[in-house]
Amino acid sequence: MGVGGTHEAKTTYREAMREALRQALRSDDRVFLMGEDVGRYGGCFGVSLGLLEEFGPERVRDTPLSESAFVGAGIGAALSGMRPIVEIMTVNFSLLALDQILNNAATLLHMSGGQLPVPLVIRMTTGAGRQLAAQHSHSLEGWYAHIPGIRVLAPATLEDARHMLAPALADPDPVLIFEHGSLYNVSGELLPSTAPVDLDHAAIRRPGTDISLITYGGSLPKALAAADELAAEGISAEVIDLRTLRPLDDAAITVSVARTHRAVVVDEAWRTGSLAAEVSARIAEESFYDLDAPVERVCSAEVPMPYARRLEEAALPQVADIVAAAHRAVD
Amino acid sequence: MSEFTMPSLGADMDEGTLLEWLVRPGDLVHKGDPVAVVETAKSTIEVECFETGTMRKLLIEPGATVPVGTPLALIGPAEERRPARHAPKKGKPAEPAEPAEIPKPPERPSPQPQPVAVPVSAPSAARLPDHMEAGPLVRHLAEQSGVDLETLHGTGPGGRVTRTDVEHAAAARATTEPPRLRATPLARRLAAELGVDLATVKGTGSRSAIRASDVRRAAPGPSALTPPAAAAPVRPSPAGAPATHPSEGRAAAMRQAIAGLMSRANRDIPHYYLCTTVDMAAATDWLHEHNRRSPVGERLLPAALLLKAAALAARKVPELNGFWTDDHFTQGEGVHLGMAVSLRGGGLVAPALHDADTLALPQLMAALKDLVTRARTGRLRGSEVSDATITVTNLGDQGVETVFGVIHPPQVALVGFGRVVDRPCAVDGLLGVRPVVTATLSADHRATNGAVGARYLTEVARLLQNPEQL
Repeated sequence: MGVGGTHEAKTTYREAMREALRQALRSDDRVFLMGEDVGRYGGCFGVSLGLLEEFGPERVRDTPLSESAFVGAGIGAALSGMRPIVEIMTVNFSLLALDQILNNAATLLHMSGGQLPVPLVIRMTTGAGRQLAAQHSHSLEGWYAHIPGIRVLAPATLEDARHMLAPALADPDPVLIFEHGSLYNVSGELLPSTAPVDLDHAAIRRPGTDISLITYGGSLPKALAAADELAAEGISAEVIDLRTLRPLDDAAITVSVARTHRAVVVDEAWRTGSLAAEVSARIAEESFYDLDAPVERVCSAEVPMPYARRLEEAALPQVADIVAAAHRAVD
Repeated sequence: MSEFTMPSLGADMDEGTLLEWLVRPGDLVHKGDPVAVVETAKSTIEVECFETGTMRKLLIEPGATVPVGTPLALIGPAEERRPARHAPKKGKPAEPAEPAEIPKPPERPSPQPQPVAVPVSAPSAARLPDHMEAGPLVRHLAEQSGVDLETLHGTGPGGRVTRTDVEHAAAARATTEPPRLRATPLARRLAAELGVDLATVKGTGSRSAIRASDVRRAAPGPSALTPPAAAAPVRPSPAGAPATHPSEGRAAAMRQAIAGLMSRANRDIPHYYLCTTVDMAAATDWLHEHNRRSPVGERLLPAALLLKAAALAARKVPELNGFWTDDHFTQGEGVHLGMAVSLRGGGLVAPALHDADTLALPQLMAALKDLVTRARTGRLRGSEVSDATITVTNLGDQGVETVFGVIHPPQVALVGFGRVVDRPCAVDGLLGVRPVVTATLSADHRATNGAVGARYLTEVARLLQNPEQL
């Protein structure tokens, strides 16, 4: 993609992500990528395909199957001046490295009295919808959004996939990027741009006046589809893409609810203790007197994600569920 | 708030018996004041206080033997007259497992301020002074059921309020008070802003919850100017509360309602203003003649003529008589003349004189007197506060000559009259002194243009030249 070019390029979320990695590796030799199968195999989801050939094994490193070890190595590398990008296959496996992420990466700056920043980026896949069953399909980004000291990103669009990595690497603190597995094959036009994405603000993906659909990541396409259906019935739904799950952009939520007076929070995680719960609580705290209906939540069924397609579909939030929740709030 | 604990009155003392309290809750105590009599293994000792403050709560009953260090009482800052209420604050060292309450002489003065009149939908959460002699269970029950312990007559030992008392009161309350209305927070806020009584609104939300749109529908007229207290005078006052007593809270609420409505009017309505001077010679002549012939009770004020003229003109120019809602004009059914009535204490209401255009002058005069009297005593009817179609403000008796008013949404016009004054006037080519009044029109430019407004004012002026036809 030519810098400064004006033509639009057809691309996919996967390719946009790869392009972001390539640019990062090219522009800063402190950057390197490591993780299981990121080298020879091209990444479990094909994101890093070709990068080993281009940048060599020093900068695109395959690691043993030991999340705690290679995330810990990433933290060490960050502490010693590198800018590591660590890929963990899925969020379920990242729990093996949770001790490193929470007790070291997120905590060292505080515990060292501000002397030891950890400029680390960790990418991982999250979410269900591809029949990968319970150990590869959960949405635990809300758990990470619970942790102070890290930034949690959820790129949902091609633009965000392409342009979130650079500001994430520039952040002196650990940044976790959650890529929803069902988005990798999404394709579309990506306007050439070198502008980094604003990591502090949510985005209104579709303006509306009657109800706010608040979501992020893999649920964004569903929320947009629901907004289309609602529009056909004369209900104008505003779709908010949170983009950054920590810190949350409270103002965007508050302003939207002040406009629409109703909110549906769509979150693929389990309802109990979810990010949707956090967003709902903030709406209750900050927008109570603007509400004209109880906040609705559309989340996954509280079960381990099933393998069988029909069951998986039944467990996940679907467009019809979002539309129904919007109706409960508006009707 | 700090604790007054069982002191150690000797190295060998590990417990003491509280014989007597020398203070009561609410008493101001100074450092060094004796506050309690304690019996130790050796002797009876008056124990002094170690700080200055207000005795908040006695935790131990006389006769109890407690270890050294046990909290006996809570002492708060001296200047804080109203004690904190509710359960013990978080983080406080735990009170003794079963804090026995101290019966107190029942003749204590009641330090509570008069309950302020609140909208009926607000739950009257029990506000308990700390000296209330009721146990935690009783307080909890009272809070839960919304019973004010202060209003209860205790039947327990020493006049203490018992659990049964609370349950009885709660049962009685349940039969006399309406249940809490289901309304969304936005609807409640709007109702407060627009002065709508939620109890009169029919909810269309889930399980009949009142929603913002219901409130907006219920607030068509100048009722928005009426505070909740005046809007529904028939509402039973909460048990035990004194009759509505014009408190500052109410005046403030009314000011707020007026502020909300008038801000909306000035923000949303593009006003245009017209003004004309009306020769009142014929009208005042006719009025003097009429009053000279009539018994005192049937005499008319100039205002009656002005109102009648305004009403008849509104019938003639219906484009100004009605409402602007949902981006279009709806003509009012009949001419219901809103009368801006200022209340003592700074309030303002604009009740409607129904079908003012059809009332003969004596009837109109009577209706006017009646309406103003009831407006000032807070006895307006719901229909009167809600369905005016055009409003008249007459500041003549205040001495001003011209008033440019702000329209009461959703009406589209407001007519203003000043004082009838003698002015030099050119009449038939000669200069003469004539009584004149300035009539103004503030109208909604979304609904009408200046030409319509001009037609209206001209009609008012014409009608006032023929008073016998009014």
